[in-house]
Amino acid sequence: MDALEQQFQDTVDGDGRIEPRDWMPEGYRATLIRQIAQHAHSEIIGMQPEGNWITRAPSLRRKAILVAKVQDEAGHGLYLYGAAETLGADRDELLDLLHAGKQKYSTIFNYPTVSWADVAAIGWLVDGAAIMNQVPLTRCSYGPYARAMIRVCKEESFHQRQGFEALTVLANGSPAQRRMAQDALNRWWWPSLMMFGPSDDNSPNSARSMAWGIKRFSNDELRQRFVDATVPQAEWLGLTVPDPDLRYDEETGHYVFGEIDWTEFFEVMKGNGPCNRQRLATRVAAHEEGAWVREAAAAYAAKHSAREVAA
Amino acid sequence: MAVQDLDVAAYCLRLGDDALVLAQRLCEWAARSPQLEEDVALMNLALDLLGQSRSLLTLAGEREGAGRDEDDLAFLRDEPDFVNAQLMELDNGDFGRTMARQLLVSAWSLPLWDALVTSTDPDLAAIAGKAVKEVAYHLDHARSWVVRLGDGTEESHRRMQAGLDEVWPYSFELFESDDLLQRLVERGVAADPAALQPIWLATVSEVVAEATLSLPETDWRPAGGRRGTHTEAFGYLLAELQHLHRSHPGVSW
Repeated sequence: MDALEQQFQDTVDGDGRIEPRDWMPEGYRATLIRQIAQHAHSEIIGMQPEGNWITRAPSLRRKAILVAKVQDEAGHGLYLYGAAETLGADRDELLDLLHAGKQKYSTIFNYPTVSWADVAAIGWLVDGAAIMNQVPLTRCSYGPYARAMIRVCKEESFHQRQGFEALTVLANGSPAQRRMAQDALNRWWWPSLMMFGPSDDNSPNSARSMAWGIKRFSNDELRQRFVDATVPQAEWLGLTVPDPDLRYDEETGHYVFGEIDWTEFFEVMKGNGPCNRQRLATRVAAHEEGAWVREAAAAYAAKHSAREVAA
Repeated sequence: MAVQDLDVAAYCLRLGDDALVLAQRLCEWAARSPQLEEDVALMNLALDLLGQSRSLLTLAGEREGAGRDEDDLAFLRDEPDFVNAQLMELDNGDFGRTMARQLLVSAWSLPLWDALVTSTDPDLAAIAGKAVKEVAYHLDHARSWVVRLGDGTEESHRRMQAGLDEVWPYSFELFESDDLLQRLVERGVAADPAALQPIWLATVSEVVAEATLSLPETDWRPAGGRRGTHTEAFGYLLAELQHLHRSHPGVSW
């Protein structure tokens, strides 16, 4: 290990922050770009399943909350791409990689939102899982990412609360609303558990990310935390978690849950989820249909800076 | 107990429907805009308009005195009961057309809210105080896009002019007067549409000139929204807006 690398590792080990101008190993840079880009892509693809219900939201208050949430997601995308750019990446290139299917986004957004309760369930479960994943990232070794995460987490926790509140209303509502709520939990429970990624013995890059201070807890640890926090909430709502093997272990103080269907996870990852093609096609169409607008803005800016120089 | 005032209720309903219907159209842009910054901006515009519509519909319900709240008015009225200007309900078209409409609407609503800040109805004046700041940004946003698209590339110029041509005829309805408006203007409650038109035209002409576009010339002046007559597209907009709420009568959300 040379002196630069030693200094880098000492900073990371001492819980210090790596800043954009600091030396860093190329693998660290590449890992972070990939992870931050994937996170940014998840934010912008994640606008689709929720955006699907904005025009149909059942009250004006719920509509306003949902619009604000989708707006937050676009904002998160913006500052995450910004964080990736501090590492030398370029937003347009990252978007091209997303559009070409060469970079991933969270598998959770490849499931459809077929009822209003799905919007509530996404807030409660998906944003809840995202918070479990992201709170440790506020202490990530890379400064710009850690700082972006502080802001993202504040907004995510608002999203999570409003989702839980919306689901509370449904769970205590009419029989049709209760059925809608239970059906949403049935469909979103397992995909939410998959959001933490493969189990530790099947997660090839985890150890390195831990040594670099990018990852603080293992996938299984975070998943367990999520289950422990969420099952009592489901009970409070009077809903049934769709896992016949779920039980509370008095000795460990943790919930024991059933086997996750990893075949499903890897299939969705590969592109075979219910909405993979639709999500990407919508994203690509928006980008292509907007090309003339971006070109016009660039042409206008070029013309006017030339005129200013001439004047 | 609020004082019943059916004229004020009817006026707030017009303005509330304008804001609600335009917000609903802007919401259709979610996750579909030309760039991420615009996803933020368009949702911001939609959110402002939605907020305005909620305050206005709530006030309309109070002045009507029949116990209807914002959701009753938004979700449980039929097409002929909506009194928004037809301009608000037109399909978005491409981004250029959407921005053309934003320009025409914001250049009207800014002087409108500005006048309503001093409305003799204190609740309406309070709504105006907030709205005037919001629509000042909406006008800036629309202006900057209309100029950039008009004076951008050949394609964007063509599209921007086409978008403007398409929405332009519907702007005349914004300046119509009728008995209701005359009574309310006399009471100092409402803004006089005739006084708004020259301000609107000056703003729009200036932007259109800077954008190297031309003001459309037409003698076609579609109207009727204020009397509950709407375009074919409006039924679909309402169906989408209202179906879930109406499918579960009487529940909370």
